[in-house]
Amino acid sequence: MDSHNIAFVILAVIVSCMSIMTVATKSIMRSATYLFFTLLGTAGLYFLLGYTFLGAVQIMVYAGGIIVLYVFAILLTRGVKDKLSENSVAKIVSAGLLSLVGLGVFLFLFMTYQFKAQVLTAPTESILSMDTIGTALLSADEKGYLLPFEVVSLLLLACIVGGLVIARKR
Amino acid sequence: MFDFSIVTQWIHSFLLTTLGLPEWLTILTESVLVALVIITLYAIFAIVLIYMERKVCAAFQCRLGPNRVGKWGLLQVFSDVFKMLQKEIIKMRNSDRFLHDLAPYFMVAASMITFACLPWNKGAHMLDFNIGIFFILAISSVSVVGILLAGWGSNSKYPLIGAMRSGAQIISYELSIGLTMLTVVAMTGTMQISEIVEQQYEEGWNLFRGHIPAIIAFIIYLIAGNAECNRGPFDLPEGESELTAGYHTEYSGMHFGYFYLAEYLNLFITAGIATTVFLGGWSPLHIPSFDGFNHIMDMVPGAVWFIGKTMFVVFLLMWERWSFPRLRIDQILTLEWKYLMPISLVNLLLMATLVAFGLHF
Repeated sequence: MDSHNIAFVILAVIVSCMSIMTVATKSIMRSATYLFFTLLGTAGLYFLLGYTFLGAVQIMVYAGGIIVLYVFAILLTRGVKDKLSENSVAKIVSAGLLSLVGLGVFLFLFMTYQFKAQVLTAPTESILSMDTIGTALLSADEKGYLLPFEVVSLLLLACIVGGLVIARKR
Repeated sequence: MFDFSIVTQWIHSFLLTTLGLPEWLTILTESVLVALVIITLYAIFAIVLIYMERKVCAAFQCRLGPNRVGKWGLLQVFSDVFKMLQKEIIKMRNSDRFLHDLAPYFMVAASMITFACLPWNKGAHMLDFNIGIFFILAISSVSVVGILLAGWGSNSKYPLIGAMRSGAQIISYELSIGLTMLTVVAMTGTMQISEIVEQQYEEGWNLFRGHIPAIIAFIIYLIAGNAECNRGPFDLPEGESELTAGYHTEYSGMHFGYFYLAEYLNLFITAGIATTVFLGGWSPLHIPSFDGFNHIMDMVPGAVWFIGKTMFVVFLLMWERWSFPRLRIDQILTLEWKYLMPISLVNLLLMATLVAFGLHF
């Protein structure tokens, strides 16, 4: 075990514990907080892999954006004081079945997948540079991502227009 | 310039070869040492800034400021810290204790991580990713979560309204800060903080290299930076007359102290980032073709340059704070969305044109 794998184990424990607590807690605000830690842990995994750009995007978009959006939505609606409804038998059975199916699919994939390495190796110094990412995002070549990039911006524009339509003074 | 990495290299090789520690233990020891250095610097700068704020504020209001405790009131801040440490942490009924107690740590953790990104000297930067500036922006957005949790965890209406206003304000002004940073990154072509400073050491400070758009970006950054730290004229989240103390109304003792600490250190960090990207970080003042002058300037250590320039920007921010009256929430949001953001967008375009035609120095 070198420092890399120790850090991986710590992060993995944090992510899995916090994910369980996210769904297990009764208070919706605490749930959002635990989800925040889960997302930060995921960002930590990206940093561990040496993909710092994706890690920072994860913190910026999910931790700084989505979670703040959730918290704002919870604060602005009446959902703050709401507790989750009591579990009925049908709910418990269906939830259990769905979880079992999910676990089965996950275990099947985990067992059959050919992993490239047994242990995590430290990323080399030549981390993917910002130039490469930017060029790939905006190139129209075979491996370019120009079309998805533009589609996403169109989607965001539609969202802004939609928000304005809902919020406008009548 | 003295390269501080000689010292860090020496510590690394001392731990690794002389003491014969395994590599993971070496890295762990170094991390703990660096963390201790960060916490010490954090505390020292908090004390310096609080004293400075009181004196500067007093000067702007034609007062004397603290002058009873110790010579020139120098021990005032220390006695305040001791007072804060002794105070009871009040427990409230019907509030979410866990989130209430967690919120201050969000603020402190976010500002400590951004604090660690600052370049102190040549070779003396603690966190230096290839996406440095973006990382700073990302981490500083974590503090919004802390503010919102503080407002909600207090289970009281003033903190809640204060937190909502503060959150909306910080999210809005983050746009301007991001766009001004993007303007500089368009010119430097790199996001790594050490490289940005190195470039400015060789080719001159970004404020002069990028002339018009860089100066516009610097001014916008100073305005948005004050708003980002929740300081006046944007300190509406804690406008005493209407919301008592905003999101930290219900906090007491050291939990309030953490908010206080984070506010002042965020001021220092904002100034430090302005220094790094616009005023050359640790690089000394150079005037082209004045070789003798440049040589003398090189004698001054980089850390002195960095801290000196940062303190100058801190003074500018305090000047701004104590000169302007407080804005209303709708005026704050109008200023950002209708003036600052369009100006920064046009400014970014201007900078892109400049870079495309090679018109910068």
